[in-house]
Amino acid sequence: MLFIRLEMAGASPAMTMDLNWTPTDEMGLYLFQRFILLLATLAFASIVVFGVLEILPGNAAQVMLGASATPETVAALAHKLGLDQGVIVRYAAWIGGVLRGDFGLSYAYDSPIGPLIAERLAVSAPLALLAMLITTAVALAAGVFAAQRRGKSGDVAVMAASQIGLAVPNFWFAILLVLVFAVHWRLAPSGGFPGWEAGLGRALGALILPALALGLVQAAVLTRVTRSALLDVLNEDFIRTARAKGLSRRATLWRHALPNALTPILTIMGLQFANLIAGAIVVEYVFTLPGLGRLVFQSIANRDLLVVEDCVMLLVAIVIGVNFFVDIACAAIDPRLRRRAA
Amino acid sequence: MSDDRFFARARRNGGFVLGAILVAALIAAAALSLVWTPYPPAAIDVPHKLLEPSFAHWLGTDSLGHDVVSQLLAGARISILVGIIAVGIGLVFGVALGLVAASVGGVVEDVIMNLCDFTFAFPALLLAIMLTAVLGAGVVNAILAIGVANVPIFAKVTRALGNGVLARDYAMAARAAGKGPVAIALEHVLPNVAPALIVQATIQFAIAILAEAALSYLGLGAQPPQASWGRMLSDAQQFMFLAPRLAVFPGVAIAMAVLGLNLLGDGLRDLLDPRLRARR
Repeated sequence: MLFIRLEMAGASPAMTMDLNWTPTDEMGLYLFQRFILLLATLAFASIVVFGVLEILPGNAAQVMLGASATPETVAALAHKLGLDQGVIVRYAAWIGGVLRGDFGLSYAYDSPIGPLIAERLAVSAPLALLAMLITTAVALAAGVFAAQRRGKSGDVAVMAASQIGLAVPNFWFAILLVLVFAVHWRLAPSGGFPGWEAGLGRALGALILPALALGLVQAAVLTRVTRSALLDVLNEDFIRTARAKGLSRRATLWRHALPNALTPILTIMGLQFANLIAGAIVVEYVFTLPGLGRLVFQSIANRDLLVVEDCVMLLVAIVIGVNFFVDIACAAIDPRLRRRAA
Repeated sequence: MSDDRFFARARRNGGFVLGAILVAALIAAAALSLVWTPYPPAAIDVPHKLLEPSFAHWLGTDSLGHDVVSQLLAGARISILVGIIAVGIGLVFGVALGLVAASVGGVVEDVIMNLCDFTFAFPALLLAIMLTAVLGAGVVNAILAIGVANVPIFAKVTRALGNGVLARDYAMAARAAGKGPVAIALEHVLPNVAPALIVQATIQFAIAILAEAALSYLGLGAQPPQASWGRMLSDAQQFMFLAPRLAVFPGVAIAMAVLGLNLLGDGLRDLLDPRLRARR
């Protein structure tokens, strides 16, 4: 079956019990179904990305060259880009190229797009990882801290801070960080990227403020999810049992509560990754980092549509891929999730 | 619940009260800007650029001599406009899709819900950037993009709660009495999911304000001479060493508006339906 219902956090699924399941082929079946869904989603995404740029009013070659171009140059570029071929042929050529690792030629840079993207990924990927690391560390610590002190001043303070984190736009937080750390204290560069060849320290130094801007703001949501997931679990009977049999508060938390609260936390982390990717585009802009987001913008300004198409497809594929692995991880942790799909 | 008791409980809910005050201030600022601003928001007055706050210009002027207070007031208007239309688009199409999914069920429900899940893989801002790249920058296209991203969220909420309502006895009874699926959806499902939709709409309103600010900051939303908080921030960034204060005011305005809407949403959730008690 092609359409497998993917339950998201919060939705209450209708549990269907299959009475003669065995653990091993259950996970195998789940993996298979989830993989088919992954492929279908990727295929659909590629059609949407291709389609959106396809509905472009007018001829793409005309858009690229601007209104002043002569019909002959437009026709020549259209031929070079293969625009004089049918939609399906062009889609097949594009997707076939991408699958072979050939992302096509950039019109503005007059160079292959693959290496262009790889160069930008060397900035964007470390930035995203660093931000996710900050988000996870801050959110888990603050969420656990708040859940253990439910209703007390520590909990109230964390919840108030997270409410502010939800309200502050990440790009403004980024600007404030620049104001404080670059303009006022001159501790960090206000923008730009020296390149990894300038040394690990300097390169990471240029990424630390952007990563903080992205990661701390994202942590607000995850803190709240962590806290409420933990509170749910802490109310369960088996926690009372664990405490009653003499297990310490700390041991109960680490051995029983946290592992059971992990699936909603992981699911939200996967969904947040999409926000992180989008946020990275804006924050790269604030810090003038030569990342993927900047490439997208330059390409939009240059009307370099194939580059936009490739970058957006790559970003969406990353988000879809991350959520695939999150679902697999959740199913590995929680057998009930496998049964749900099977 | 009678109105009196609603207000009595509302007054005791501190977050709700603070949220209501902030949202009222946002609406008041936008309404005020329609009839009065200290200076015309778009008036360029280069000789008086980058002025410190003074009695004549309460928060000073920006790099083109715009009065900051006037721009902030006019910016509230764009934020509210974007919020209302983007949430409206999401509500109309999302609720319709959700009701269809819940009422029809089967393959139709699976298709709609899988499409919704799929759109979650498209970061809303990326979708907006792509749409504005294709259609051109501007408030209208920004609103459209944010609105489209809202549709699956309302569809999911409506369908999840709608399925719960349809399983209840009164919905079954209505069906047994010969009511059609459209009548049941409109007379029974919609009123019962409305409180949750109001809460969700408040939160999506806040997200729409954030998204508009980001798009305008990137130069893809409001265009000059339209005043927009996001655009004010991008202008301010160029004069960060000369006048850092300019980068503070619009951000505070955005954060207050979003904080107000989020608190209002959480408060409404508590007040309208204790079963939905704050989980965020």
